[in-house]
Amino acid sequence: MMTIERVFMEVRELASEDLERWIAAELVRPDGERGDWRFAEIDVARIRLIVELRDVLEISEPALPTVLSLLDQLYGMRRRMRQLNEAMEAHLAPDVRAALQRHLFE
Amino acid sequence: MAEDLYTVLGVAKSASADDIRSAFRKLAKKHHPDLNPGNKVAEERFKTISAANEILSDPEQRKKYDAGEIDETGAQKAPPRGYRDYADAAPGARYAYSGGGAGAEGFGGETFEDLFGTIFGERGARDAGPRRGQDAQYTLLAAFLDAVNGATTRLTLPDGRTLDVKIPPGTADGDVLRLRGRGAPGRNGGPAGDALIEINVAPHAFFRRDGQDVSLTLPVSLREAVLGAKISVPTPGGPVAMTIRPGADTGTTLRLKGRGVPAHGTLAAGDLYVTLEVRLGPADPALEAFLKDAPGAQKFDPRAGMDGAA
Repeated sequence: MMTIERVFMEVRELASEDLERWIAAELVRPDGERGDWRFAEIDVARIRLIVELRDVLEISEPALPTVLSLLDQLYGMRRRMRQLNEAMEAHLAPDVRAALQRHLFE
Repeated sequence: MAEDLYTVLGVAKSASADDIRSAFRKLAKKHHPDLNPGNKVAEERFKTISAANEILSDPEQRKKYDAGEIDETGAQKAPPRGYRDYADAAPGARYAYSGGGAGAEGFGGETFEDLFGTIFGERGARDAGPRRGQDAQYTLLAAFLDAVNGATTRLTLPDGRTLDVKIPPGTADGDVLRLRGRGAPGRNGGPAGDALIEINVAPHAFFRRDGQDVSLTLPVSLREAVLGAKISVPTPGGPVAMTIRPGADTGTTLRLKGRGVPAHGTLAAGDLYVTLEVRLGPADPALEAFLKDAPGAQKFDPRAGMDGAA
């Protein structure tokens, strides 16, 4: 967990009013409260992502929530697929695995 | 991680190649392992200064080090971990999509069951047990006084069924009523969902509402205003007698205590604020004649005090 000052050191191109606005819009969700935010590593990575979406990919500020929501859905799906993979690894009988493999990959 | 290479060699960042070479030689002589047999500290130190010299004595490497492209060991600096590294793994749950209400995992959760429902149909936990029906959402336009005083209104649903909706007294625009069990039926013996009814309150021709209070603009005749009168005033609860004192004027506001929105829940009854508005009515030759001759009529200037306002 890191403080907001530390985040500004990590992400140089970040303006404080941008971050405040993104937190208010719940695009970034640190722990704690206003005046004492605590950022996890994923929060900092997400801030970097938002800055990149905006500055490099030129996604306008009003479109950011939509883009992030789609990404959140995509990553939610990927995490779930990974769980499915783990469940199948743990419980699938070899013959079922082979049948699935044929069905999906051949 | 490691010490700055210039500090290791004890030279300034601006040091020339010769400065670096002589600094290295001086330190190497001091810490050379062969000159300090068995001294682990010296051996480590020698390795450190050799490594520093290796980078700083090579103009190419030194340039990269100065630019921060390589670290003290000469390794490429790792770029910060990307968002996907976190989002793809467990920490990603922090930003699980939650739009659209229901399933906490959204796309990842709800849709997952959609996609794989046929496999789990027989045995899946979601379908095995009783499941509550979905809530149904409706909007109901209520008359102003129905919302203030409370009323029962019949709502016809899109499927032809009707719902008797009891609007409680004091209902405000945007309030949502919940009718338990009047939503979609449950599955496998689960309870039915609720009907959620958002009340939109229609404006009234005369009354306006501000929380528990109601206000009204009430026309009065010139005679009633000048001489005073006992008149009947419409209120949300029905007409009420009110006394106007002589000399009342347009803009005079009277309060009828407890005649606003009736008490409900923990809220006391509000008040009705009646603002008078003097109406002259049809032309009256006698009044005109009186005003021409009335000695006081010419002296009053309602615009006194507006001088210099524009």
